[in-house]
Amino acid sequence: MAQIEEVNYEQYKHLVSERAFTGETMLLNMGPQHPSTHGVLRMLLELDGETVVNAIPDIGYLHTGIEKNMEAKTYLKAEVMTDRLDYMNTTGNNLAYCMAVEKLVGLDVPPRAQAIRVILTELQRIASHLVFLGAFGLDLAAMSVFLYCFREREMILDILELCSGQRMMTTYIRPGGVWRDVPEEFEPAVRNFIKIFPKRVDEYEALLTKNPILLDRLVGIGILDAQTALSHGVTGPTLRASGVDWDLRKARPYMGYEQYDFNVPVRNRDSRKGDTFDRYIVHIEEFRESLKIVEQALNKLPKGPVQSENRKFVPPPRAEIGVSMEALIHHFKLWTEGFPAPKASIYSAVESPRGELGVYLEGDGGPKPHRVHMRTPSFDNLSVINKITQGHLVADLVAILASIDIVLGDIDR
Amino acid sequence: MDKKHEKIVQALQEKFSATYEDFRDEVHVFIKAEQIVEALTLLHDKYEFELLSALTATDYYPQQTPRFHVVYQLSSLAKNITLQLRVPVNGDQPKVPTATRVYDTANWREREVFDMFGIQFEGHPDPRRILSPEGMEGHPLRKDFPLGYEEPQFTFNYDDIDLKKIYAKE
Repeated sequence: MAQIEEVNYEQYKHLVSERAFTGETMLLNMGPQHPSTHGVLRMLLELDGETVVNAIPDIGYLHTGIEKNMEAKTYLKAEVMTDRLDYMNTTGNNLAYCMAVEKLVGLDVPPRAQAIRVILTELQRIASHLVFLGAFGLDLAAMSVFLYCFREREMILDILELCSGQRMMTTYIRPGGVWRDVPEEFEPAVRNFIKIFPKRVDEYEALLTKNPILLDRLVGIGILDAQTALSHGVTGPTLRASGVDWDLRKARPYMGYEQYDFNVPVRNRDSRKGDTFDRYIVHIEEFRESLKIVEQALNKLPKGPVQSENRKFVPPPRAEIGVSMEALIHHFKLWTEGFPAPKASIYSAVESPRGELGVYLEGDGGPKPHRVHMRTPSFDNLSVINKITQGHLVADLVAILASIDIVLGDIDR
Repeated sequence: MDKKHEKIVQALQEKFSATYEDFRDEVHVFIKAEQIVEALTLLHDKYEFELLSALTATDYYPQQTPRFHVVYQLSSLAKNITLQLRVPVNGDQPKVPTATRVYDTANWREREVFDMFGIQFEGHPDPRRILSPEGMEGHPLRKDFPLGYEEPQFTFNYDDIDLKKIYAKE
């Protein structure tokens, strides 16, 4: 074990300004336990009075070695680890990983499974944005929004539970399709949500969007220009709020996104401002767009199988095992040894609620991945925080941190 | 390989005598470590690869030449294409020049690769570990780093494990 060393200023010399050593500015820890850091994040703040001179994030408190653990598991069994990455977007993580596996081994996905995947990941996107909005309101002292958001989020978690038996760690999307077909209660539940939710979004907007107290806290705070955002690898709503029209669902459609009609909310194409308010409003608009996709996918939901028929990669249905010798062998082989993947590497990415969620997957010819790397969007989105908080007040730092919508499980992996 | 990639790969081949691989519509170009910054600058400035999507590495232990590949996954928003650069490096203490001057995101990503694989990035402005605690020994994602686990403490082995804890040695 490492010895606990005393903190010396030498460590921080290249991070903070020289004024910190003359006593002109103050070094202060924010976190790791702090209600508005959205998890265990420590920020080393250099303050001049109440103005932030430097804000240096210190991450890794939630590092659990998911990438290393996945190397020791078969492709099927490694999937449960992906739920634990970004715990606000579990089906989205499953989708990213399964698409990577499918691309590596060359596996097909039936249309019905694709539509179910789209519905569930879009619902999960709404749930994730609801947590964003709730926590955002909470950080800006609008307590009631938090309660309303979690009320609607519960409806989505109920739908996920209906399909998979789990509210959060679903592992419902599997390589080659989904675990099982959705139950018959699924459609009425989603229809009910589609009916109720638009009015609720209007309610949130009535509470927040034109609220003068809130606007005072948001407009002109934490301005992120497109150039800086791209160079820092910022993606997702944070990038679109800065005026860059980039959404992987439109740019490189996957899972049949090309057949759905939806817009990508982009702010400030001309002014290229990208402040905290813009990031907030992009999230609000994405509620409506995601709901549009869910409704279209549900209307189009094709009949048919929900898993690939390729038995070398997809376990046979339970009913087949009792009557077919081959099915029994496949079942046994897949759940003990697993399936081999070629000795090659691929990179596949999806649009998560936070940005580009990429999976770098490398096979070594055997049943276990040689290397899995999750390119998680929060990691890069957080790295820009020092640039956009300089010169703002500590209270504004809280608003900016809430607006870039980080999840620490996503950052630390 | 489609037409959009062909031009770029040709340019890289001419300038850096690079080789390439093609797998499932992805193009992986192999570049020497000392030329990587030049190659990234060319791709960023001339071919509009504005986004460094991912920067990671992979370990081929016990193979020593090359032991690691450093992987740069680039995206071009303007052209909507991706390109992967791979830098093979040899030995246990490899060094690669830093890409922080081309992409700001390389700062944290290179810190992560250093932390996990022990690959040094020369000229990095902030060469500290990022995820593991400071003062930790070893680099967890290397293949010769054990997966390891902590033995659970039950009633029957409580004292045995208690003796191994740090506070027992004081």
